[in-house]
Amino acid sequence: MSDGAPVGAAVALPLVLAGLAYSAAVMDAAFRTGDGPAAPLRESVLLLLRQRRRTLASDVPLVRIGVISLPVAALLAAAVIPLDGGPGGSRVWNLPVSVVWFNAMEVVAWASLWLAGWGANSAFPLVGGYRFLAQGLAYELPHMFALITASLGAGSLDFGAIAAAQDEVWFAVWMPVAFAVYLLSALAMAFWGPMEHPVADDLGGGAAAELSGPDRLLFFAGRLALVAVAAAAAVPLFLGGGAGPWLPGWAWTLIKTVAVLALLVWLRGRWPVIRMDRFMTAAWAVLIPAALLQALVVGVVVLD
Amino acid sequence: MQTVVFWVLAVAAVGFGVAVFVVDSMARATFALLASFLCVGGELLLLDLNYLGVLVVLMMIMEMLVMAVFMIMYMMNPGGLMPMTMVHNRRAALTISIAVFAAMAAGVLLTPWPHRRGAVPHDPAFSLGEAIMGPKMLVMMVIGIAILATMIGSVVLATDRGRYDRPPGRDGGAA
Repeated sequence: MSDGAPVGAAVALPLVLAGLAYSAAVMDAAFRTGDGPAAPLRESVLLLLRQRRRTLASDVPLVRIGVISLPVAALLAAAVIPLDGGPGGSRVWNLPVSVVWFNAMEVVAWASLWLAGWGANSAFPLVGGYRFLAQGLAYELPHMFALITASLGAGSLDFGAIAAAQDEVWFAVWMPVAFAVYLLSALAMAFWGPMEHPVADDLGGGAAAELSGPDRLLFFAGRLALVAVAAAAAVPLFLGGGAGPWLPGWAWTLIKTVAVLALLVWLRGRWPVIRMDRFMTAAWAVLIPAALLQALVVGVVVLD
Repeated sequence: MQTVVFWVLAVAAVGFGVAVFVVDSMARATFALLASFLCVGGELLLLDLNYLGVLVVLMMIMEMLVMAVFMIMYMMNPGGLMPMTMVHNRRAALTISIAVFAAMAAGVLLTPWPHRRGAVPHDPAFSLGEAIMGPKMLVMMVIGIAILATMIGSVVLATDRGRYDRPPGRDGGAA
């Protein structure tokens, strides 16, 4: 933790992240079932009070690590995202290679799902865990290339510098393919919406099938937090960070984050779950070349 | 403060390394090894080698997850769900590892380490890359792209569902 880490931000960060995750849950309930803002809270309380179900000969420590690491990874990823634009933007951890750290924390979810799936000693969660590994591997490359393209445009691996480089034109405007690839692969990294095959209904809940009570609450809250962090990272990467008229930087960051989050949540209600083994071809044969071409275009423009 | 963190991470790294051989399940061994590597990544961050440290964290998580798939796939008992010991050929393995450890520890103590000249560079990862690759940078970059293309190509070729496996009637499927 380098110097200048504002203590206030460190305290506020978990609250902000929890608020964003809750707003995602509310939007999800509103879009899909029309339930009010109390529905996610009611479900959370129910899960908290419910007794844990245990499977035979399960590896409890591995399941626990898997479940807890999900929200922890989301929080650690959020720690490097600046609240307001600019290189000196206030954030909890002022890491110069924050984009790489963000990606590393997204990859922690692979371990989380595999551990939760393996530890339960049950067939469906195991299949779900392996599904997510395959999905993560297939989407990590386009995801990485989208991140690299934004970094290439700014010449920096730092969220603050990338946001600051978009003074004139947002990266979402002049690298739209990278932005689209980022959003799609972020859905896959957070196993959300059309990419929630690892926890899909055709596996009876997949990697999360045997999770119950507080474990289940933590797991799905962690997933919402991951989606929220992916939306928050899109703001400095492609949407100009905290830049905007009249309002202060943090307000614009929050508005843009909620907008991206609303889009991701809306997509969940809109699109069916994609069968990953079929769609894998698209990831390898379409997304990666598209992301590479976008990186090439940006590279040529930057070199010029 | 830094010293305390260093020692905590160092002891934890060694402890998790020992745990790899003590636990009785392949999944636990894999993740004990991962935890050990993460501690090493933390040490690098502590040395202000930000890029290397974060890269170790990122690569090790991905690598150990892929390793877990392969280790469990090739294990002797079905699915790797039965408890199993993580050590084989105990005596020879102990001899070899003690000899290697002694040689490396002797190397640490006997090498005349140079003293630092000049200040810490602004960007250590950049300087390290220059020092290792130097004028061969272009060649290394091209090789890097070639390796990436090879990996993607081999994955595409190795996927089991070829164009003849798709259900009939689908685009490109066998009639």
